[in-house]
Amino acid sequence: MTRSPRALLLAALAAVGVLLAGCGGNSDPLATQPAAPSAQGTVRIGSANFTENRLLAEIYATALEQKGVAVERRFGIGSRETYFPALQRGEIDLVPDYTGNLLQFLDPQATATASDQVYQQVGAKLPPNLQLLPQSAAEDKDAVVVTRAFATQNNLTSIEDLTRLCPTVSFGGPPEFQQRPYGIPGLQRLYGCTFKEFRALDAGGPLTVAALRDGTVQAADLFTTDASIPQNDFVVLADPRSNFAAQNVVPVINRAKTSDPRVADTLNQISQRMDTAQLTALNARLAGPDRPDPAQVARDWLNSAGIR
Amino acid sequence: MRAFGYDIDELVVDHVLLAVVPVVLGLVIALPLGWWAHLSPGARRVLVPLSGALYTIPSLALIVFIPLVLGTPILSPVNVGLTLIIYTVALLVRSVAEALDAVPDTVTTAAVAVGYRPVGLLLGVQLPLAVPVLTAGLRVASVSSFSLVTVGALVGIQSLGTLMTDGFQQDYTAMVATGIVGSILLAFVFDALWLALGRALTPWARARQGV
Amino acid sequence: MLGRLVDWFGDPTRWSGSAGIPARVLEHLGYTLLAVAIAAVIALPIGALVGHTRRGGLAVVGVANGLRALPELGVLVLFVLLLGLGLLPPTLALVLLAIPPMLAGAYSGVAGADPGAVDAARGIGMREHQILFGVEIPAAVPLVLGGVRFATLQVIATATIAAYVGLGGLGRYIIDGFAVRDFPQMLGGALIVAVLSVVVELVLQTLGRLVTPGPDRLRLPSARREPAPTPAPIPSREARP
Repeated sequence: MTRSPRALLLAALAAVGVLLAGCGGNSDPLATQPAAPSAQGTVRIGSANFTENRLLAEIYATALEQKGVAVERRFGIGSRETYFPALQRGEIDLVPDYTGNLLQFLDPQATATASDQVYQQVGAKLPPNLQLLPQSAAEDKDAVVVTRAFATQNNLTSIEDLTRLCPTVSFGGPPEFQQRPYGIPGLQRLYGCTFKEFRALDAGGPLTVAALRDGTVQAADLFTTDASIPQNDFVVLADPRSNFAAQNVVPVINRAKTSDPRVADTLNQISQRMDTAQLTALNARLAGPDRPDPAQVARDWLNSAGIR
Repeated sequence: MRAFGYDIDELVVDHVLLAVVPVVLGLVIALPLGWWAHLSPGARRVLVPLSGALYTIPSLALIVFIPLVLGTPILSPVNVGLTLIIYTVALLVRSVAEALDAVPDTVTTAAVAVGYRPVGLLLGVQLPLAVPVLTAGLRVASVSSFSLVTVGALVGIQSLGTLMTDGFQQDYTAMVATGIVGSILLAFVFDALWLALGRALTPWARARQGV
Repeated sequence: MLGRLVDWFGDPTRWSGSAGIPARVLEHLGYTLLAVAIAAVIALPIGALVGHTRRGGLAVVGVANGLRALPELGVLVLFVLLLGLGLLPPTLALVLLAIPPMLAGAYSGVAGADPGAVDAARGIGMREHQILFGVEIPAAVPLVLGGVRFATLQVIATATIAAYVGLGGLGRYIIDGFAVRDFPQMLGGALIVAVLSVVVELVLQTLGRLVTPGPDRLRLPSARREPAPTPAPIPSREARP
């Protein structure tokens, strides 16, 4: 990544100037306003703040670099509520996203859950400066997960089975799960499940896993491709009422960056070759004891997929 | 150097720039404000408590509010930089005022008697004498700045803090520890630099010690 | 924005229950009190002892400065990775934050006691512990309290990070608000932290005035000047022999 010290210094100086001048600014940071355009042709790739998304972004970045496209990495920005406005404002150009959650972000009333339907609706609801490339078969859903012991003891296989226990269950998940439509509100609406309490932890990270393991929470929101699920022998509860919509991996890109045909071609190839089993295996490898460099994991996968 | 999937050199450069530039700019802003507080009891009554209050705002909140107020890009390092400038100014205004207060009246009176005007008095007499106290304040601001830069990693602003947040996500202790040790080492290196700079600017102090 | 902030504070559900403002303020004060108390038990005796013996002063200053350089966020997540969930990791991280100002305050307060008074005490046959408790510590009270106050304010501002690792406190509003870009919630949380700091500062100042020996305690609040600041760490040129 290139970030010149001088540019930063100038930016800081300019910012001080603004501060000293006492200028008030825009009161709504989500309002669309032009950001500094990236250098001609450079694709600024962003990612959310969890490992798998960062890896997908790294795969995009590495593949594009191999094709001679200049890229800039802006990984670990936060949740969708943070990176999407940045994408919309042109501060970043490309993110790997997931169709179902993206749809509910764009339209909280959306009810589509089937993969194609979700994809279509996202495409229709995206702001005009953004474009959805073809989606991958690879899917990574949020899921309600419990420990094997808790599942056996209470005879649980689906979220429906959990309903009668909800008033006694502490539920753990990322802070945003409390408000997102598929989160606590969705579980309440579709399954009539009101938990004893919600513990705000992290997005499929060590806090949630540890809290589930040590009994701080009895059920938690984890990602279906998470390596910690097989590692800890956790049980993913079925979702018969489709609270969690289809979540296919999909590149969301600034339209201005699709003029270079290499960009879309490369990303499409990646989406075609990736599937859920491979994504799960990649997550497991990243979490393995030897802690491989994600850039290496990305390169290895691109090689094995024949993209170079 | 590459480790844990990151270009460490780049993280170090970002960390240093983000920590040092705001401290220097903060000092530049704090000097006139501190001087004003030194001269005017009224200004001091406002400036000192105000800077104390600014210092209590949690850093994550400041980093997120700056784009809200100034319209800067959400992902801009400027948000972290401005946050640190605010903390530095908050910390140094009082230091500067007290450093100037500590210059003995006999010295200032003598300087005025030989024809120093206020600005000349400040730059030629008071500031040089205040350097030791200023250096002490600057060192505190600098050390805490190196530590606070890491909070930016929560909003995707790169620094050694990135190793902490990402290492945490990946449940990777060595990565977190590397970020911590690196951040401390950088803070110490610059602490030594400020100290050396302060000494270099006050040769008379050393001469006196030598007597 | 201001309207949304007012709405946020005006929501009646905000003022009750385990996620309400009173509960979060209590949690926040609880974390703060716990950390400051533990840090005081560690830092004040060590600082006083070193100040009394005047041996190891450099080490104390070194340790205090070293602790100041610790990146709080990193230390917190490291403790969580090593020790697991719960109150312990954030408390330890906050203790490390609170130690330096109290250590420095106790050390410089005791070491800075009037040497004439200390010599006089020794001259009339007071034992070392009598000198420490009877002469040096009373003289050190303003600086010790300054250290405690500064430590407490820092801990209040920083205790917000406990929410990052799944605990409560006022940081909950900031972290949760950040996750969903709910600005009124974040701003509300930050405002409460700032107000809490000011209130605690006032309480500690008042307490400080009540326990400070000497004429200071009689000074009326309206007549008070800014409380005696930490003496400039560099001796003025006149003071040198």
